Amino acid sequence: MPPIQLEIGNFSAFARDRWRPLWTRARRPPNLPLMGRYFAKRLLSLIVSLVVASWVIFFVIEIAPGDPASFMLGINAQPDTIAALRSELGLDEGKVTRYINWFTGMLQGDFGTSYTYRTPVAQMVADRLWVSLPLAIYALTLSTLIALPAGIYAAARRGKSGDIAVMGATQLGVAVPNFWFAMMLVLVFAINLRWFSAGGFVGWEAGPLAALHSLTLPAIALALPQAAILARVMRSALLDILGEDFIRTARAKGLSQRQALWRHGLRNALIPVLTIIGLQFSFLLAGAIIIEQVFYLPGLGRLVFQAISARDLIVVESVVMLLVFAVIMVNFLVDLTYALVDPRLRGRG
Amino acid sequence: MTRSLFLGGILSALVLLAALLSFIWTPYDHTALNIPAKLQAPNAEHWLGTDHFGRDILSMIMVGARTSIAVALVAVGIGMGLGVPLGLAAAAKRGSWLDEGIMRANDLVFAFPSLVIAILITAILGAGAINAIIAIGIFNIPVFARVTRGAALSLWQREFILAARVAGKGSARISAEHILPNVANLLIVQGTIQFSLGILAEAGLSYVGLGAQPPVPSWGRMLADAQTMVSLAPHMALVPGCAIILTVLGLNLMGDGLRDWLDPKLQGGRA
Repeated sequence: MPPIQLEIGNFSAFARDRWRPLWTRARRPPNLPLMGRYFAKRLLSLIVSLVVASWVIFFVIEIAPGDPASFMLGINAQPDTIAALRSELGLDEGKVTRYINWFTGMLQGDFGTSYTYRTPVAQMVADRLWVSLPLAIYALTLSTLIALPAGIYAAARRGKSGDIAVMGATQLGVAVPNFWFAMMLVLVFAINLRWFSAGGFVGWEAGPLAALHSLTLPAIALALPQAAILARVMRSALLDILGEDFIRTARAKGLSQRQALWRHGLRNALIPVLTIIGLQFSFLLAGAIIIEQVFYLPGLGRLVFQAISARDLIVVESVVMLLVFAVIMVNFLVDLTYALVDPRLRGRG
Repeated sequence: MTRSLFLGGILSALVLLAALLSFIWTPYDHTALNIPAKLQAPNAEHWLGTDHFGRDILSMIMVGARTSIAVALVAVGIGMGLGVPLGLAAAAKRGSWLDEGIMRANDLVFAFPSLVIAILITAILGAGAINAIIAIGIFNIPVFARVTRGAALSLWQREFILAARVAGKGSARISAEHILPNVANLLIVQGTIQFSLGILAEAGLSYVGLGAQPPVPSWGRMLADAQTMVSLAPHMALVPGCAIILTVLGLNLMGDGLRDWLDPKLQGGRA
């Protein structure tokens, strides 16, 4: 831990602060060089991770058997036609050259051209992101709205029937496969009650409400297992905090258990919860791949499955790279947020 | 023994028993088509009903349990077999380039959600149960490596390890003889959790067609078949779904119960 320069006159103020929750403490002057080093180290780690991930994805796809040009032209194609198409697609260049072209192209927003559709991959991905990204955000919002109150409720009633009921429900929530839950939602709310359509996406042109309406069942299906995990984390974090000295002090000062929980416990417990919320976002984006299949949504998931069956490998590698980029980026942001709320972490770098 | 361990143990044992029993007996041949008896709801002849080809769902569930258990078990085996030695090595050489290399490689694998790994593997090798095992197994490696390293690091500070060093034992021998037995409890608990996640992952991969291929029966593919039939024959979706839920629930309860049972400090503790 870095030495903290304190003036004698301020010491008693900081000593008092030790008993106050993290978020309400007086701010120490930020140690800018240390924060800069922490940021630089994390940024370097982010760049290295992205570059290595891109090598792995590119060279793993490279060893895939089958030549895209031969696949596109069929078994009766003449060798010179295949060679011409290979040249047109840039497949006749060396692996390293193609990797560099692919990677530098991606940095500039150019993901290459789809072998099957002959359209820019970036455009295809962007179109599908307009379904997958709002779906992930919608699911994350639902999961948070369900999980936080449930976790707080369970922690406040630890060991009582309310806690046992919430914990039982979360055990079940974790065990339910989300695609099966999606089918049950379709059976009840689309086929029997006819409140929602069983699949498809009306598009944002139909208006935001209609579009959100068609994403509601998929978002609920995606949110359920995440909400179960998040509620358990929220409860566990709150119970950890409730055992801390500053909560005992608050109780000794006359606050009730509930007041101590709301005023001091909650804000401190949110730190691990925010981390999990951040991590869940990237998993929701990837998890949507299966849910999109259930609801026939034209998102990234369907794009990647169509691309696999058509051996449109440039689309597969671009979508996979995008998902991995999302995970690495979210981890990076979570690390930075952690450092902002918990100054002790900056020293670890 | 805790209540959750007992309940989880019973549920898991039932599934295991059904899978083992299917090797010698199933009510019907799980591949036998019987179109006149198609889409029957559960009845005296077919306890869990029949599917759109008239196949007996109970028989398919029993045989499907074999696939789920085999895929998840081998995937946990891959994770433990590679992850535990890596975690032990990283802890033994704490702060060295080996430790740093292993942990950064772990971070890299974590950046690929297991479904994305499965998609990559399928794009190269094609769909199948073996490739599903590889995809789930690869994702398990960093999980076990991290758990092992974390637990082993604190053990390396203890006096009995110092005593072993004074006795002249090398890092590898200390890891095998002293560290591993002391992290075994933790690994059993983590193994149970990864096993249940493996069952869910296998079902998901089979559902989207990346897992076990016909004629190998699988719960995930039974659900995929049921999707277009869900309004006509809801039992086709309900039965495999409940089989997955009960198995995963059983394993999770067993994992929680084992954790409490093996670590008295956690008894009566938190989620």
